Amino acid sequence: MGMPAFPEAARTALADGQLRANLRTATGTIRAKRAAVVAERADWEQLREAGRAIKDQALHDLDTHLLRLEEQVTAAGGVVHWARDAAEANRIVVGLVRAAAADEVVKVKSMATQEIELNEALAAAGITAHETDLAELIVQLGHDRPSHILVPAIHRNRSQIRDLFQREMPDAPPGLTDDPVALAGAAREHLRRKFLAARVAISGANFAVAETGSLVVVESEGNGRMCLTLPEVLISVVGIEKVIPTWQDLEVMLQLLPRSATGERMNPYTTIWRGTTPGDGPREFHLVLLDNGRTAALADEIGRDALRCIRCSACLNVCPVYERTGGHAYGSVYPGPIGAILTPQLRGVDADPVAKSLPYASTLCGACYEVCPVMIDIPKALVHLRAKVVDANRANPSPERTAMKVAAWIFARTRRLELLQRLTARVASLLFRKPTITRLPPPLSRWTETRDAPTPPPEPFRDWWSRTREEP
Amino acid sequence: MDAKSEILSRIRTALGPDRTPVDVPRTYTRTTPETDDIPTLFATRAADYQARVRRVTAQPTLAGPGGPTALIPFDPVPVAAAITDLLKTTHVRSLVVPADFPEALLPQDNYVIRRDDPPLPVADLDTTDAVLTGCAAAIAETGTIILNAGPLQGRRALTLIPDTHLCLVRADQIVGTVPEALSTVDATAPLTWISGPSATSDIELHRVEGVHGPRTLLILIID
Repeated sequence: MGMPAFPEAARTALADGQLRANLRTATGTIRAKRAAVVAERADWEQLREAGRAIKDQALHDLDTHLLRLEEQVTAAGGVVHWARDAAEANRIVVGLVRAAAADEVVKVKSMATQEIELNEALAAAGITAHETDLAELIVQLGHDRPSHILVPAIHRNRSQIRDLFQREMPDAPPGLTDDPVALAGAAREHLRRKFLAARVAISGANFAVAETGSLVVVESEGNGRMCLTLPEVLISVVGIEKVIPTWQDLEVMLQLLPRSATGERMNPYTTIWRGTTPGDGPREFHLVLLDNGRTAALADEIGRDALRCIRCSACLNVCPVYERTGGHAYGSVYPGPIGAILTPQLRGVDADPVAKSLPYASTLCGACYEVCPVMIDIPKALVHLRAKVVDANRANPSPERTAMKVAAWIFARTRRLELLQRLTARVASLLFRKPTITRLPPPLSRWTETRDAPTPPPEPFRDWWSRTREEP
Repeated sequence: MDAKSEILSRIRTALGPDRTPVDVPRTYTRTTPETDDIPTLFATRAADYQARVRRVTAQPTLAGPGGPTALIPFDPVPVAAAITDLLKTTHVRSLVVPADFPEALLPQDNYVIRRDDPPLPVADLDTTDAVLTGCAAAIAETGTIILNAGPLQGRRALTLIPDTHLCLVRADQIVGTVPEALSTVDATAPLTWISGPSATSDIELHRVEGVHGPRTLLILIID
């Protein structure tokens, strides 16, 4: 991954005024909608508690539930495949598409397939993947990257989308306006033939019910229904953490997810299916269960909480950092607070500069924890991962670590501290006249560029204390 | 080791030998108060998401096993009239109905009616203006209709491709909450939950009605 670490990427994003305006509008809209539908539920906190417990129950017995899921899906006519990593999952999917003799597929928006870069793997095998979710289509037409879990094109406004459609969509109607209704209409026409002709569809799933073998896809546009219903072959790539134990558990999840995600009491369309049904929908169903780093996260008692995530994006929408930098700065398909704890765990905290920088991409304000429908304590996980980043880098010298070592040496003896304080007071009284220091030479300028430092007092506290009090 | 064994063994190593069982506290609300007017709440909530809702009163008929009343336990005459009126408000000229849809409920005006028996090719569905179905259940709180390929519903493609969906909902099919719906609906067949017409929030997070699914959703509640 040739992505810059978060601080550099954020700097670029922050300089983009249009991006910040688009994000401010969009996140503001969705925050208000979510707050309104959550306030309707007097039992919201109880639902969150139940949501957390359901996902914990699934994770704490993950092997049992996955085996049950496999058994049920197989009994209902589906085929279950297991994939240790992205490469293996991609190999399985490419093999299945080839077996169906198809050279193009329609896709429902899926985070798991983005994570494994399935579209690229399909392209390398000569298979064209058509993204059918409106925002994914916008991203794909713009040769762009998604910047939000739920609304991947959140960084583009309506007039930018109009321009893009006119440029990249050969069948865009002439005189297309930037009215969202007209834009949605253009997407409908563009994809209609593809849906009706598609032989293979690829999806993810929001939930997989172990007890019944049911897969659940929650969506708005109907592109999901098209993909899940019309083609002959359906392939669903699902992370192993998507399993929930029982059918009854859906009654909690289907209330938490739409309210947290799009701020609706219920999303327009939910499809729930088990294996294959003669005369209704695909004749072949393949479920690819994906690990790709999830079992490594599961091994970490604090980090595993991130696997409860139901990808609602509420944490992105409330995050003051996300609102300003947008999703691209996170350098991963999972942006925002949840991405900051999920990406380093899926890839390994020390895997690359992005993964290493993400646990620091937060002010630890805690707004994400407050809105999370499955109560993931993101700030706690961030601090925990910061510690892991530090641990992983103990062997390598850095200015910060050197400074900490020196500080430890000074603090270890009272005498050393007193000497240093007196020395600092002397030097400071010669150099600085004002109560705050606004500029220091490098490398200390990195501090004063963004903050003022107080001028050290002419007399250290310890000296003042012993001068004004009698020793006992 | 094959992928399945390796993933399972990674999970077992990750979780360790001592697993603490987790209990799910189900203290959240599972039913609506009996004092609530459930059909009215459903009508309001469905309309909130731009479904066009009408209500019609029809006398119940005694359901005889296997007889025509097993499918429609109500007087079809006022319902067929209401369907006709509702369709007049649209530009619909052709209709598709599921194989088991009774003649008595078809609109009285001059519509092209296609019955999904034998199953119609998708190209035919694509050139049909509307679909007319019943449902398996409905949820008042969220304004949701649930289809499970049961009586009067047909296969999933029927309610997906035509641009208008007219759905009949009997008042006694409406439950209050999501938990009530999940415990009543038979989930062996594929389920489709529909809350308003097709929509997207992908442009600046404003909800816009009408993308790939039916852009018009008409609901007729039969009291």
